[in-house]
Amino acid sequence: MEEPNLSFIKEIAGEDESFQNSILDIMRKEYPKEVEDFTLNFSNKNYKEASKDVHKIKHKISLLGLKEGLKLATNFEKQLRKGNTELHDDFIKILNKIHVYLY
Amino acid sequence: MDCIIIDDDATARLITRQLCLNSGKINVIDEFSSAIEAIKFLNSNTVDMVYLDIHMPTFSGFDFIKTLKNPPKIVLTTSDKNLALEAFEYKSVVDYLVKPINKERFDKSLDKLFSISNNVEESIIEKKETPEHIYVNVDRRLVKVHIPSIFLIEAKGDYINIKTKEKNYIVHSTLKKIQDKLPTHLFFKVHRSFIINTSEIIDIEDNTVLVNKDVVPVSRSNKGELMKKLNLL
Repeated sequence: MEEPNLSFIKEIAGEDESFQNSILDIMRKEYPKEVEDFTLNFSNKNYKEASKDVHKIKHKISLLGLKEGLKLATNFEKQLRKGNTELHDDFIKILNKIHVYLY
Repeated sequence: MDCIIIDDDATARLITRQLCLNSGKINVIDEFSSAIEAIKFLNSNTVDMVYLDIHMPTFSGFDFIKTLKNPPKIVLTTSDKNLALEAFEYKSVVDYLVKPINKERFDKSLDKLFSISNNVEESIIEKKETPEHIYVNVDRRLVKVHIPSIFLIEAKGDYINIKTKEKNYIVHSTLKKIQDKLPTHLFFKVHRSFIINTSEIIDIEDNTVLVNKDVVPVSRSNKGELMKKLNLL
């Protein structure tokens, strides 16, 4: 099972250590609001908007090196547009993993 | 090259900024979380290029491109792989980067960007260096001659005879002087006494070339180079 990691962020950062800290700070700041928006739209069955929220969260999933997670999120984003919620539980597992890693 | 970054995701902006910084080739002037803010900025500022996210609330990247009258070069950045076809319908779009953008892909995109810019600059320089007309002194009058209409220039003692399809001009000058003023892709000195417009060549036989109705000698030493200038089958 893959775990969040900093390999991608380190590759971009090069020798700039402050970059790594800045990006994690921004992620910690933005992530709760993005998850909150998704949860609210999903529970209100506003799946099109929830799909947009997944799209936004997807970038953070990819930045934390979760390749399988990214595939699942991409699929979930598409399915939600059609009103299909099948992948919801698996997506929540990814969100929880990121939460544990960031905070 | 100066750029701005437009993306509603702060992490994405930071990564693009860092990639620009690492490259040492792109100077980030500013960044915007909304395309509308960026349009306001571009109303009073110019940049060479824009890193632009497609999916943004209320005003998308595509809306942004459609709004600008003369958009700068645009590199699209998106998590959506499925919009590439639509993206390249816009002339200003140079590249399409799928997030997360890695260093290797970003550098490739820079190569593309700079090669496009160089081609544009070269064509501008070529246009500037290739004037359409030349002014020549005929009987103390400066007469305007349309360069592409010249098909032959012949040296005659201290004078040159500039032949166009409409008229001939006898000018007190040398072949060397006029050759320096003519575009090299069009004119070639085939003989110590003749410069021809290569686009006007009708045929070549042994050591002569037929230009318009004039048969012009070709020096043996210049024939090889003349042949290189022709689009041979």
